[in-house]
Amino acid sequence: MRIPILKLGRYLLISVQVELDDQTALQFQEDLLNKIHQEGSLGVVIDLTSVDMIDSFIAKVIGDVVEMSSLMGAKVVLTGIQPAVAITLIDMGVSLQEVQTALDLEQGLERLQQELGG
Amino acid sequence: MSNHSCIEIANEWGIVSARQAGRELSKEIGFGSVDQARITTAISELARNIYLYTEIGKIDLEEISDNHKNGKVRGIKVVASDKGPGIENLRDVMIDGFTTSGGLGAGLPGVKRLMDEFDIESIPGEGTTITTIKWLR
Repeated sequence: MRIPILKLGRYLLISVQVELDDQTALQFQEDLLNKIHQEGSLGVVIDLTSVDMIDSFIAKVIGDVVEMSSLMGAKVVLTGIQPAVAITLIDMGVSLQEVQTALDLEQGLERLQQELGG
Repeated sequence: MSNHSCIEIANEWGIVSARQAGRELSKEIGFGSVDQARITTAISELARNIYLYTEIGKIDLEEISDNHKNGKVRGIKVVASDKGPGIENLRDVMIDGFTTSGGLGAGLPGVKRLMDEFDIESIPGEGTTITTIKWLR
């Protein structure tokens, strides 16, 4: 299973709509970095509205991909994290402190535009 | 009790099956969306430990009930058992950030916080059984 990555100008948009198994998550990590490289993307929005569970493994994969993208020069914003997912992550003691977030896709894009100056 | 299911964890697909079964059962019992996420996440952590550290193991899910001072309460019992190498030092694995796999080390202490009751029994060389319960409030 592969998560589709859409290109919008200098940005990449991803909406995670599938149940995230380990393999899909790791494949996504690689696909996203390749796509950033290939397209010269400056910013990425990963929308997690449809994700109903993030365990410590998935959290690590997401945290890592944000850091990896940043090493390459692309800014990542996570959007749409569900209330139950936010509560569970904090219960677990998993903090995604370095990670930028926004309420939804629209605000995520606005955030990128502000930070990258359009 | 009537509602019981057992999921074998032999590969990473077992992790997905176990958490799907957990979500269904917790929804059926009447847990709200936040507790459903807590239970599903706990099951995912337990199943991943089986997958990472042992050849094969299983997750048993069961609806339970208990007489409480305010009447009968329902809950879900999750038992993760394997015949793996066992855990040498139980104290270490309950420390936040302790990991032997390069993960976040949030697994077992996280499960303990997500659930209401947590019990771990491990015999080196024989296997590990972790029993957790979440009560419906």
